[in-house]
Amino acid sequence: MTTKQTSKPLPDATLARIRKRCGEGVFSVSSHLDNLRLYVPGSKLVELATILRDEFGFHLTELGGADYLGYPGRSPASHRFEVHYVLLNYDTAERLILKSGVSDPDPTLPTLVPVWLGAGWMEREVFDMYGIVFQGHPDLRRILMPEEFQSFPLRKDYPLRGRGERHNFERVTREDS
Amino acid sequence: MPVNLLDEPDIQAENRDYHWTLNFGPQHPATHTTLRLVLELEGETILNAIPDIGYLHSGFEKLGEHLNLNQYVTVVDRKNYISPPMNEVAWHNAVEKLLEIEITPRCKYIRVMIGELARISDHLLCTGAAALDLGAFTAFLFAFNLREMIYDIYEEMSGYRFHPGYTRTGGVMFDFTERVTGRIEKFLVTLPKILADMEKLLFRNKIFIERMRGVGVLSKADAMAYCASGPIARASGVTYDLRKDEPYLAYSDFEFDVPYATEGDCYARFHVRMEEMVQSARILRQALDKLPSGPVNVPIADKFPMPDKGTTYGSMEGLIQHFELVMPNRGFQTPKKEVYAAVEGPSGELGYYLICDGTQVAWRTRTRPPAFVHFQLFPHMIKNHMISDIVAVLGSLNIIAAELDR
Repeated sequence: MTTKQTSKPLPDATLARIRKRCGEGVFSVSSHLDNLRLYVPGSKLVELATILRDEFGFHLTELGGADYLGYPGRSPASHRFEVHYVLLNYDTAERLILKSGVSDPDPTLPTLVPVWLGAGWMEREVFDMYGIVFQGHPDLRRILMPEEFQSFPLRKDYPLRGRGERHNFERVTREDS
Repeated sequence: MPVNLLDEPDIQAENRDYHWTLNFGPQHPATHTTLRLVLELEGETILNAIPDIGYLHSGFEKLGEHLNLNQYVTVVDRKNYISPPMNEVAWHNAVEKLLEIEITPRCKYIRVMIGELARISDHLLCTGAAALDLGAFTAFLFAFNLREMIYDIYEEMSGYRFHPGYTRTGGVMFDFTERVTGRIEKFLVTLPKILADMEKLLFRNKIFIERMRGVGVLSKADAMAYCASGPIARASGVTYDLRKDEPYLAYSDFEFDVPYATEGDCYARFHVRMEEMVQSARILRQALDKLPSGPVNVPIADKFPMPDKGTTYGSMEGLIQHFELVMPNRGFQTPKKEVYAAVEGPSGELGYYLICDGTQVAWRTRTRPPAFVHFQLFPHMIKNHMISDIVAVLGSLNIIAAELDR
């Protein structure tokens, strides 16, 4: 079996240029197949994203979160949640994934809306599903779940089925609506 | 449900009495799907539009964390239900990338063909419904009637008309028979006639053009800042197409062009879609002519594909493999890795961020839904337009609520 290529792996030259521009220690790199991931702490995220947009021509195409609670083989020191930002360079067809981790008592990341306007709704969805707060977001409201919903449904400790949520809602009849 | 209106700093508070607030949807025939817009109006001019979505949210991504990689194909079908096979191709593209399966050449061609059929089906609905909303009913009927032929092909190849659930890890459910290819041949004869009819009805239709041209303009810079992709970005001059720029499956074998426009209005988006159907037909024609023979699934020795009935009941290996795959807590191993893989869907980049944890059930199945990403453009595009322009802009964005809300 050979590895299927669905997008070109980022040439080492670009990665070296990004490293040179940002300095050591800003991000750590891991890769699987053609996906190249840069792990960035939240405090450096906006800075790195701005550099990648202005000087390397990358644009955001995808943003989403994941909850690693109980993921097999994950070290307890790593963050519970990770948010991924898939970037694409429209001219060279290079892809790059930024990843940033947050943990439970204060899951906060800076927003990327000032860098890419399209991050707005996708960050709202991550907030809605995982409760990760994007600081500086212009309109951080729930987007898919109703406003009065209390939990974060895509967290791993939220069950797939069971009684509960429906009973938390106030029952409105036709007369009092 | 109370919805907060955003404060407009440039609008004086005392003037706000003259502004209307109008609810558009959630059940309105012109939205075609279940979505709601809260409009702030001055006369008939839209000052602000606030989309309120989530009416069809059904937790598809949560379900993906509890169904195995093959079972979930029935759920991805129901995301963009206008072009289900494209969702399946996208989903198994991500799964096979993570599992590092190289599918057979015949399977690649078959997936290209069902994907292009889905693209034509989606574009026919989108262009037809755009015409319908603007009063050109006949063009819609032509387009919708042709989609029946595509459903017939789905039925012939898989047994299901609407949600085929056709792809499997490492292959597809059934091989293409001559009856399927015969139906595609017939479809390729009919398609140019219908497109010519639609062209005659619409391309010089003054009312249609006046209501589309210059409406909902999206500049190239905005298209990139708002993460637009697919025909919407291409109508604004972003000439990116994953089929050309990051070829997957067998797309590098085919000759086709990527249509684009620079105007960025509804009319440009309509034309890009019309031309994309012609290009998809070109791909289908070449794929039919060059369709390789040979097996459609990877060998069952690889432990991934579901064996067909003959192999299951006729050989020991087939029976064992079938047992392994259908019993819970058995089946193949997945790597503890994560991967992002995307394909060019009918309305843009359709990607999956897939995380596996060693079992057959995915840890996380994040979808990159083009409709969700594109709908946030709507308030930006509709500002200072009239109410009647809503249907034109909404139609040109091709919002599918099931994909929007998942």
